[in-house]
Amino acid sequence: MTTLPRTLGADTARLESREKVTGTARYAADHARPDGLYAWAVPATIARGEITAVDTATALADPAVVTVLTHENAPRLAEGDDPTLAVLQSPHVAHRGQIVALAVATSLEAARAAATAVRLDYTSEPHDVLLTAEHPGIYAPETANGGHPADRLRGDFEAAYAEAPVQHDAVYETPPLHNHPMEPHAATAWWEGERKLCLHDSSQGSSTVQQMLAQLFALGPDQVLVTSEHVGGGFGSKGTPRPHAVLAAMAARVTGRPVTLAFARQQMPAVTGHRAPTIQHLRIGADRDGRIQALAHEITTQSSTVQEFVEQAAAPSRTMYVSPASRTTHRVARLDVPTPSWMRAPGECPGMYALEAAMDELALACGLDPIELRVRNEPDREPDSGRPYSSRHLVECLREGARRFGWQDRDPRPATRRDGRLLLGTGVAASTYPVMVAPCHAEAHARADGLIDVRVNATDIGTGARTVLAQIAADALRLPLDRVRIRVGCSELPEAPVAGGSSGTSSWGSAVHKACDGLRRALEEHSEVPATGLTVAADTTEESKGGKEYARHAYGAQFAEVQVDTATGETRVRRLLGVFAAGRILNPRTARSQFLGGMTMGLGMALTENSTMDREFGDYAERDLAMYHVPVCADVPDIDVHWIEEEDPHLNPMGSKGIGEIGIVGTAAAVTNAVHHATGVRVRALPVTPDSLLPHLP
Amino acid sequence: MKPFRYETATDPATAVDLLSRAPRAAFLGGGTNLVDLMKLGVEVPEMLVDVSRLPFDDITETDGGGLRVGATVRNSTLAVHTAVRTRYPALSQALLAGASPQLRNLATIGGNLLQRTRCTYFQDIGKPCNKRRPGSGCPARSGIHRDLAVLGASQHCVATHPSDMAVALTALDAQVHCVSADGERTLPVAELHRLPGDTPDQDTVLRHGELITAVELPPPVPGARSAYRKARERASYAFALASAAADLKVSDGNVEHVRLAFGALAAKPWRARAAEAALLGRPATEESFGRAVDEELAAAEPLRDNGYKIPLARRLAVALLTDLAGTHAEGAR
Repeated sequence: MTTLPRTLGADTARLESREKVTGTARYAADHARPDGLYAWAVPATIARGEITAVDTATALADPAVVTVLTHENAPRLAEGDDPTLAVLQSPHVAHRGQIVALAVATSLEAARAAATAVRLDYTSEPHDVLLTAEHPGIYAPETANGGHPADRLRGDFEAAYAEAPVQHDAVYETPPLHNHPMEPHAATAWWEGERKLCLHDSSQGSSTVQQMLAQLFALGPDQVLVTSEHVGGGFGSKGTPRPHAVLAAMAARVTGRPVTLAFARQQMPAVTGHRAPTIQHLRIGADRDGRIQALAHEITTQSSTVQEFVEQAAAPSRTMYVSPASRTTHRVARLDVPTPSWMRAPGECPGMYALEAAMDELALACGLDPIELRVRNEPDREPDSGRPYSSRHLVECLREGARRFGWQDRDPRPATRRDGRLLLGTGVAASTYPVMVAPCHAEAHARADGLIDVRVNATDIGTGARTVLAQIAADALRLPLDRVRIRVGCSELPEAPVAGGSSGTSSWGSAVHKACDGLRRALEEHSEVPATGLTVAADTTEESKGGKEYARHAYGAQFAEVQVDTATGETRVRRLLGVFAAGRILNPRTARSQFLGGMTMGLGMALTENSTMDREFGDYAERDLAMYHVPVCADVPDIDVHWIEEEDPHLNPMGSKGIGEIGIVGTAAAVTNAVHHATGVRVRALPVTPDSLLPHLP
Repeated sequence: MKPFRYETATDPATAVDLLSRAPRAAFLGGGTNLVDLMKLGVEVPEMLVDVSRLPFDDITETDGGGLRVGATVRNSTLAVHTAVRTRYPALSQALLAGASPQLRNLATIGGNLLQRTRCTYFQDIGKPCNKRRPGSGCPARSGIHRDLAVLGASQHCVATHPSDMAVALTALDAQVHCVSADGERTLPVAELHRLPGDTPDQDTVLRHGELITAVELPPPVPGARSAYRKARERASYAFALASAAADLKVSDGNVEHVRLAFGALAAKPWRARAAEAALLGRPATEESFGRAVDEELAAAEPLRDNGYKIPLARRLAVALLTDLAGTHAEGAR
């Protein structure tokens, strides 16, 4: 195709790495202006009820305090698509921690002090915040997140299950999980005149923020300018605008000055989304040789009273393994809790924990190696849709992982390996994540000086998106990387979808490729670039509809070795290995980070991240990083990532599948399967903590 | 954060005097706990007297072969001090088991002792807490208490003390030197912290304006070995679910000297006197360690979700003592 060394697939360092390590990359709150104000949010201290009185006199007594916004005086918003953004619009409190007031002052400290001085009186109503499998409010939604049908029934599950000689029936539970990106949700907003709203926002997609803020403030999209140049992670929680952006915009409008607002870490679990807890009932019926005849995966989860959000945790069971009879369902209860939302691999992450733990149990019940069990249940077409797979290399990932990990010599008997007081074990689990793509626009502009400007409103949330898009551009242009000037992260750029669903590179990259490929052809018709330059715009609306005749998913296999200390019940991971098949890997350096980060987050889900709903007060108890235990370096001593070369012509011009989320899928099951292998104890409610293991240890 | 006055003390007398005349003032050491609590609105001092620059940053040998550690010595400095690592390993291990390197670089020895509980209700000013607001109630007993006390708690408070270092100091029979307007006094670390009773707002026996100037370690017992062990939910940067520090000497297979203290079980480092008494002169075996620890923990009163701490503390202490006794050295970390 080209005689130049391919830039695509090259181990290129992040283009903005120098700015990031030197602290000159500016994030949303870093754009606070010298003439600007700071805001601090006031959370509700009841779990359900109404605000009956507001007293801001004490807060306003400080001359540094400019205003305090509440539902009594905040600007009225137009109706929007996301009810969690209707902040300060009514006295109703739907959950504890909902933002009920905003203090705005000339300094951050004054704003914070004023926020604690705001007095609100409430009438409380009884609240209901605890999910149980028998909750009377449980109902069947129409769809689960992502448009998946809530229920899918194939064949006669009950009959097939009853007849199966090997049956596995168990309930698995995952706790609420919190995204906790390193950068909190933050915005700096100002108005240029009455009709132009500008903000720096920590978001995963400023085109979406632009559209939704335009809706709320009754503006045209061109009257809202949103910049998200550098974003310190999101893990899904910044995939939609969050209340901070609306509040900052409101405060800027009321005060006529720029306003900077960042949520405190402790405020985030209530107002920035989280992964809802799940109760998952798995029933698998199989032949004695391990071939699955019947599979039921039934989810019970929760959402808030504000909005329905149904974690699509049964979705992976519709595509993973052979299942002649299948029943996959979602049920949800609406509780007086914070609204759940997207968190890295929604659906696949909790669902594959339960399915892959169940597969491990089934393997033991059948007397089969867990890898062999999976190989025997490898489908040739996607079970629910009947579509062929565009490519599927799960078995290759399992085999390559087994080779690298040293799985061959494994003794399957649990609780037989000791190293002093430590019990040792290994476990395996599969990973999967669907290929998604959304329509996107991009522009490539050849300058007279020989450089190419590439514009697309992609968002680099720390993933390396900016870099890989430049690589895609250079590759399509057949030019060296240093001839490309890439610009992302601003809503004035060609409209693009969010960094979410592991679809960013596919969606943005397809548009960048199309624009740059078009520009290269156009340039071939010119002996030199015209003085005004040459521009080609691309829109991939049509292309993004393609490929639907195939089931398109990425796959992976994860292996874990753990030690469990019999003196304390502490489980530590000794080794973690992931092998993935995700199409063509476009930048091994940033891809490795994505896989590794996902696996680390999966390790946290397995062992350390616990969130407890406080029944009396209605909020999550672990609200800071001292108490909500995300893994630290010491928890991840040896983590290894590989991928297999996968050619798939049914994806996009780059041949890539998404890699942002698959790393977290399956990790928790690999770890808990290893815990069982080490101890003989099967903990079916995450995380596996000392208190859950201790009673069962020798 | 509420505005407050900030003063830097250059000598202890001034520091004590400043505080004595301001009922809502506080000493500031490394600030790693106090400043966080101020941001949360839990602590609202009208004045901070910064004592971190007082001339208490020395670690000196005492005449009897002990060690005197100034109150402003940083945790990280003390943890790596040669005398501490060789003669009081439990203390070095406890310090290194606490917080993160960044926090240890700031945190002072005096301040570490005066850390406040990590109970979720104490840290949330939107909720009742008898320790923070006496008389407002204790939701922890029926609410979130997985991390909280099983020993010495009261109807009014089930908080635990979060320090690792204090547990080792308690097991090592360290003393605290203090100065106040009334003069100097010395008390055992084991008597510094209070059980909650009906005044859980008072964490320690120190009076307002009383300043810790040093911690003094007695000379090591010849032939004894000490160690600290902590169980936690992640490998670093997590408070203890339970911890134990022990100092043990075995001769002819029998316990000749033993000191044992537990962390994260009570509002104070829990010196296990009953276990110690039961062990003296007895065989240094897993079995007798277990029986002795059981005797100590018989007084435990677990709540709904923290009963696991009792078997955890037992296993931890038995493993620690067994390792120290050298009868079962493998597997120790």
